[in-house]
Amino acid sequence: MHNRFQLDDHYRAIVIGGSAGSFQVISKILSSLPVDFELPIAMCLHRLRHVRNGFVEALNIKSTIIIKEPYDKEPIRKGNIYLAPANYHLGLEIGNSFALTTEELLNNSRPAIDILLSSAAQVYGKRVVGILLSGANKDGAVGMKHIKERGGLTIIQDPKECLIDTMPVSAQKITTIDYSLDVQGIIDLLLELNLRVKLSKDKV
Amino acid sequence: MQEIEISQLRALTDIIKQRHDYDFGNYAMSSFRRRIQRVLELYKFASFDALMEKLQNSDSKFFQEFLSEITVNVTEMFRDPTLWVELRENILPAMLTDNKTVSIWHAGCSSGEEVFSMAITLKEMNLLDRVRIVATDIDNAILARARDGAYSIKNMELNQKNYERAKGLYSLDAYYKEQNGKAHFDKSLVKDVSFREHNLVSEVSFAKFDLILCRNVMIYFNQTLQNQVLKVFHESLHKNSFLAIGSKESLIWCEIASKFSVINNEEKIYKKVKE
Repeated sequence: MHNRFQLDDHYRAIVIGGSAGSFQVISKILSSLPVDFELPIAMCLHRLRHVRNGFVEALNIKSTIIIKEPYDKEPIRKGNIYLAPANYHLGLEIGNSFALTTEELLNNSRPAIDILLSSAAQVYGKRVVGILLSGANKDGAVGMKHIKERGGLTIIQDPKECLIDTMPVSAQKITTIDYSLDVQGIIDLLLELNLRVKLSKDKV
Repeated sequence: MQEIEISQLRALTDIIKQRHDYDFGNYAMSSFRRRIQRVLELYKFASFDALMEKLQNSDSKFFQEFLSEITVNVTEMFRDPTLWVELRENILPAMLTDNKTVSIWHAGCSSGEEVFSMAITLKEMNLLDRVRIVATDIDNAILARARDGAYSIKNMELNQKNYERAKGLYSLDAYYKEQNGKAHFDKSLVKDVSFREHNLVSEVSFAKFDLILCRNVMIYFNQTLQNQVLKVFHESLHKNSFLAIGSKESLIWCEIASKFSVINNEEKIYKKVKE
């Protein structure tokens, strides 16, 4: 089972975007990761702009790893999981840190998934894995395209399984998607990826 | 359009520095790149090089427009209401214990929503005439809008909600008149406010303050520039005076951190404790 996806071992970060219908999905993923998961995960989930507290706490109920909302300039650490805070865009910056901004809404959203995914493509190139889940608008599609253009891995939640499939389908329309998987498939891929990355480090 | 490379951004900041004497070299690159991308789309430049050429050959009129577009001017009145509660209930009363006059600096005041929020808060505390407010921004055009205090009526629902959560005493519409789709705020609120052009990047301390608010401005700077600007803020504060930054900003990674203590970590209010 550990070779189902034939993954490379050069990945260094995972970025996840989700919107309507993604909360249960992301909760399930987060409850299935080992506590010593190797790679940092940054998530942008559409959320109420003016409710600062509550969301990360709700996700933390199920998550095996404590999720935090990063500060601007906070260094990205392996094995940590980060969530874009309310009313800020979350991006990655050269030098392996987070960048928060208050720029205009993008795709009617702040945080916007495109900003996280595109900046991850800029900073990590082929070393990033982008995952796009259920959602009702097209946010994230352009970001997935940027990830693909720079050689990263693109994964969507199988539209057939999505509560609302607009988001993954929009990405599919404009770029190549490497894997379209149901939730269990996404979890299996992340577990396999974790093993691959761990093994490659043991070799060095 | 092709994605902009870092080397292109460097060339662009060099030209701006030489021709227009503004230094964006230490801006945070990921957001600066998006601002430039935005200008390319807004003005329908055929290529990145066309923008370079325009900046090389243009007068200050185009540059002023460019400046307005690349600086981020997204804000709200009483943004982060819990901060305003903290200011109203703890920080401002602590600053104004005796009968002296105090001064507040809004650094990077943008279109002035924060300045009006402060003036309203102070007025409701009967302290407005004891506070001298200086509000600065890099962009002259946005300062004119701040002085004008006229905001789109469609933002007022959110502003009113923020005002209520900030424990405002009345209703926000007590402070403005609606005309032509805009909320025109009572200008007597800011009659003593000094609005002035000031570039945090290149200028030094110009006065001493009891409170500096610089929220969601330094997120557009890299760490080097942040350190430099925080030094200016440190110089511009009396001992035991306050600095408020954005709720998701932190001094932890800044050189000057040891000279401040945390007063309220949720709202990111610091106090200068060492010279």
